[in-house]
Amino acid sequence: MIGTDAAVGGHNYSVSDLPALAKELRRDVIQTIYTAGSGHPGGSLSELDILISLYFRVMRHNPQDPQWPDRDRFILSKGHASPGFYAVLARAGYFPKEELATYRQLNSRIQGHAHPMTPGVEMNSGSLGMGLSFALGCALAARLDGKDYLVYALLGDGECDEGEIWEAAMSAAHHEATNLVAIVDRNRIQNDRFTDQVMRLEPLARKWRDFGWRVLETDGHDFEALLSTLDKARRRRTRPTVIIANTVKGKGVSFMENNPGFHGRAPNAQEFEKAMEELA
Amino acid sequence: MAAQWKMASTRQIYGETLLEMADSFPDLVVLGGDLNVSVFTHLWRDKYPERFFDFGPAEQNLIGVGAGLAASGKIPFVSTFSVFGVGRPFDQLRVLVSQGNLNLKLVCTHAGILTGEDGMSAHGIEDLSLICALPSFTVISPADTVETVQAVELAARTEGPFYIRLSRAATPVIHDADYQFNLGQAERLREGGDVTIIATGVMVSVSLEAADLLAEAGVQARVLNVHTLKPVDVPTIAAAARETGAVVTAEEHYLHGGLGSIVAQAVGQHCPVPVEMVALQGYSESARAEELMVKCGLTPEKVKDAALKAVSRKGG
Repeated sequence: MIGTDAAVGGHNYSVSDLPALAKELRRDVIQTIYTAGSGHPGGSLSELDILISLYFRVMRHNPQDPQWPDRDRFILSKGHASPGFYAVLARAGYFPKEELATYRQLNSRIQGHAHPMTPGVEMNSGSLGMGLSFALGCALAARLDGKDYLVYALLGDGECDEGEIWEAAMSAAHHEATNLVAIVDRNRIQNDRFTDQVMRLEPLARKWRDFGWRVLETDGHDFEALLSTLDKARRRRTRPTVIIANTVKGKGVSFMENNPGFHGRAPNAQEFEKAMEELA
Repeated sequence: MAAQWKMASTRQIYGETLLEMADSFPDLVVLGGDLNVSVFTHLWRDKYPERFFDFGPAEQNLIGVGAGLAASGKIPFVSTFSVFGVGRPFDQLRVLVSQGNLNLKLVCTHAGILTGEDGMSAHGIEDLSLICALPSFTVISPADTVETVQAVELAARTEGPFYIRLSRAATPVIHDADYQFNLGQAERLREGGDVTIIATGVMVSVSLEAADLLAEAGVQARVLNVHTLKPVDVPTIAAAARETGAVVTAEEHYLHGGLGSIVAQAVGQHCPVPVEMVALQGYSESARAEELMVKCGLTPEKVKDAALKAVSRKGG
């Protein structure tokens, strides 16, 4: 395990602590979106355990110094899933948790889609398909500067419909960006409907492999499996690595799970109460 | 006057200027999209291969990777043809580069109808309109090679997104070697009190010839070179409108959203006077550049006619 807990703003979580932390941050996600009255709960809940693994066990970063030149980079390409990202950033210490209540509101630095005005956010987002290219740019810069940081890019599975993802995939292999790790949040639902209905992605692993990537697969909610896969991704790097993380859209809230209706809408008062009960 | 000008290629001087800057800008990197020989970045590619990245004709990724490099402290110069560099990755330019306010330099060649024989799909006649719609960008359309060198050097040492518009064809060199380019300040090339011709790019030389023709007809034209379209020099444009009472714009770009629109906005806000516009009226066709310039009306005679029309509308 290449945990670098000492650098993580005083947080020092053991693997056994993570499920409780995940539950707490899921409550933050629901509260944030409910307070704002809009937002994207489904993908925020599906990505959350991946983000927790990265920010509290795997990545080298320092919330007190977000621009630390040697930090591992995390690029949220699926920028609509910002509430999950913000919950993690706030808990890690990038900004006060109270600011989550300002999400999507006037004069807030917590934007609807992640923007670098928020401490800890590297890239502006909100238009799909751009994060892998941006991450490749960061990865090439590391090579030019002789730095050993890794760059992680979190992609949605629906986002893989974008041609730019495959332009970036081809070029990352061509330029031998071995310090680049893409993670696909494979929750099988996109904006309108299930990915199989909108645009078939399978065989997804084979596509990435044929583009020249090392492909790892994991359960995206099992912390032991996630951490061991992320650990593998850091080691023996001869190609760019993609992790296909099989996840559940809306994970943790029964009526949001696998429900395309909660891709991009806030819970009403009754739904909010029920969700918070389930996450208590 | 035209006979005195030597012809030189802005795209070639661009490639040569990059080489000159390699040592003084160690963070400068060059990105290409499989058109490097045409945009003269092959000179850099062959000399500094470790600071060069090709992405093939895949412009969304080209801009996206450039944005990531810029966010990591590099100074990426990204070059391809204007139709591909602006049109195809417009959303990457908008979301990543402009909204992210990143230090990326987009230098596109083959702008306008001077691209010639390749035809309408290759004629970048909309690039200024598109790129000027992005709030964070500084936009420069050099008149010649002397101006190109200084614009490229300035872009390298100035933080923020830049777009520089260059041509395929060799164009007249109207500046002396001691010319000083000032970002955002229009250059007064000729004095005159009857009308002002405001031009950019290759149309600056055409407008100087038009001013000669006007002088023969007894009309004294001031000529301004608006090399910086954004931020545009509003005070100089407003003063010219006030002092000469009539304005003509001249650009090798579509009528909508380019220099004419920018000048009309400034004149309308600060000193309304008659404004005539010499610009492209629509798509063109395959032919030699000089033939297209004539067919599309981008000639000294047409600029002169537009100036006389503007003068005739004074006080109307």
